[in-house]
Amino acid sequence: MRRRNHLLAPALVGLVALAAWEAVVRMEGIPPYILPGPILIARTVVADWGTLFPSLLVTLAITGAAFLVAAVLGLALAVVFTQSTFIERAFFPYAVILQVTPIVAIAPLIILWVKWIPLALLICAWLVAFFPVLSNTVLGLTSTDKNLVDLFRLYGATRWQAFRYLRLPSALPYFLGGLKISGGLALIGAVVAEFVAGTGGAQSGLAFRILEAGYTLQIPRMFAALFLISAAGVLIFALLTGLSRVALRRWHESELEPGD
Amino acid sequence: MTAGAPPVTPPVTPIVTLRGVSRTYPSGTLALDRLSLSVEPGEFLTLLGPSGCGKTTLLRLIAGLAEPSDGRIEWSPDGGARRLGFVFQEPTLMPWARVEDNIRLPLMLAAVSPAESAARVGEAIAHVGLEGFERAYPRELSGGMKMRVSIARALVTRPQILLMDEPFAALDEITRFKLENDLSSLAHRPRLTVLFVTHSVFESVYLGSRVVVLSPRPGRVAAEFRVDSPAPRGEAFRTSSAYLEACRQVSALLASAMDLPLTLAPSPSGGEGTRPTSDAT
Ligand SMILES: Nc1ncnc2c1ncn2[C@@H]1O[C@H](COP(=O)(O)OP(=O)(O)O)[C@@H](O)[C@H]1O
Ligand SMILES: [Mg+2]
Repeated sequence: MRRRNHLLAPALVGLVALAAWEAVVRMEGIPPYILPGPILIARTVVADWGTLFPSLLVTLAITGAAFLVAAVLGLALAVVFTQSTFIERAFFPYAVILQVTPIVAIAPLIILWVKWIPLALLICAWLVAFFPVLSNTVLGLTSTDKNLVDLFRLYGATRWQAFRYLRLPSALPYFLGGLKISGGLALIGAVVAEFVAGTGGAQSGLAFRILEAGYTLQIPRMFAALFLISAAGVLIFALLTGLSRVALRRWHESELEPGD
Repeated sequence: MTAGAPPVTPPVTPIVTLRGVSRTYPSGTLALDRLSLSVEPGEFLTLLGPSGCGKTTLLRLIAGLAEPSDGRIEWSPDGGARRLGFVFQEPTLMPWARVEDNIRLPLMLAAVSPAESAARVGEAIAHVGLEGFERAYPRELSGGMKMRVSIARALVTRPQILLMDEPFAALDEITRFKLENDLSSLAHRPRLTVLFVTHSVFESVYLGSRVVVLSPRPGRVAAEFRVDSPAPRGEAFRTSSAYLEACRQVSALLASAMDLPLTLAPSPSGGEGTRPTSDAT
């Protein structure tokens, strides 16, 4: 019952907003090349599925690959960083620099240097996505309960045991939180990089479809592609939220059922 | 029940002896000042002192989690490595692990064989009355039950000495009374040596065979009191006049400890100044 209400409220808001959008477009007589209504956009998604779907797959492939690399490397780097304060102090600022430099500014360089476009796009998406995993996991690995750390020391735990049985499980909720942010960012990174690359042909993703539709004034198709990107983002977030729930359901505060 | 002629006991080797132990924190806080104390095998020693007098610091020094700035801690030289159990002020459980896995932790870290640890974990669970909760997660337990898990984990290594840092301070009174009763009997059966820290006069008397009163920071031994009533103690003891009288006397000792001057200058009468000590052995 409760769960159904969770979905009901946002669905209701969405429906009202879409209805208002459609009403405004019709009553004001706004032409589709300025702002298409949601019904026309839905029709376009169906009509152009043959073009849009392969592009969606291309974008998702780059996003997925970048996300996986971000997850693995983010975790691995976090473990390395937390082995010594020297390493963390020496390298962390560079991770921050990579993070704060706008991807649109570095993407042209990466595309210039890396000849194979999909790899260049993957690197861009990874650059955007990996930092939340890294910083969250570093935080998780270093915010272990001090008394538990003492307890492990007291019982003569080796460095490996303290890592494997204490620090790693303590960091898990933080790591999963990083993944949730990172999934959406990987998609954004992939789309932004595609925009910059502007590649056409068989390997083109949704961003290129948007550019292409813009040049040819096929505004409904532009919105249709935009809709697919948003839908992909929501799906990624939902998947990662589900993963986090399954992994932490038993013990972590963040995933307790209400009234539990 | 106290201050009488001390019974003639054969000299026993203390399990651990603290000689003039001081601890200064890097911030400059002097938490303990030349504290001397020894813990005898089989005794239930309660350390009573106001908040911030250095009780936690003292237990951490004994447990080897910190080094004294001055003085020595000597362990009885009875062969094998010293085994100690530690119960923190909070239950300090791993939230991701089930009750049985939390209790098994010290054995797992020591690579004890699965068969042996299963037996020991079962024994510890029975000791603290947690049968039926082996597979529960900590968040499913009440505060009192979590503390039982914490105690079971400390017992599972069959420690030579059990260090407990105000373990019941955060519990409601009814739960606390129950746990105190249970602790009193479980410490009695296979005779355990316990060093129990508390800021409650009532708790220190109820549990302790000997109460050591500490002064406010920097902590020093201000007074000592023997509680002769036999262990294990139960609810009847709580309402007995002997208990109430002992509490009254310990309260008086604590009150005068609170008035101790910060630096203890040797008084003209010699000895250790105004140190009230009843029934020192
Ligand atoms: N890590 C620390 N660094 C600096 N001061 C500390 C630290 N731990 C405790 N202290 C100080 O030492 C004194 C004794 O602390 P503690 O041993 O925790 O007292 P108690 O357990 O009796 O309440 C307190 O004044 C406290 O502020
Ligand atoms: Mg304390």
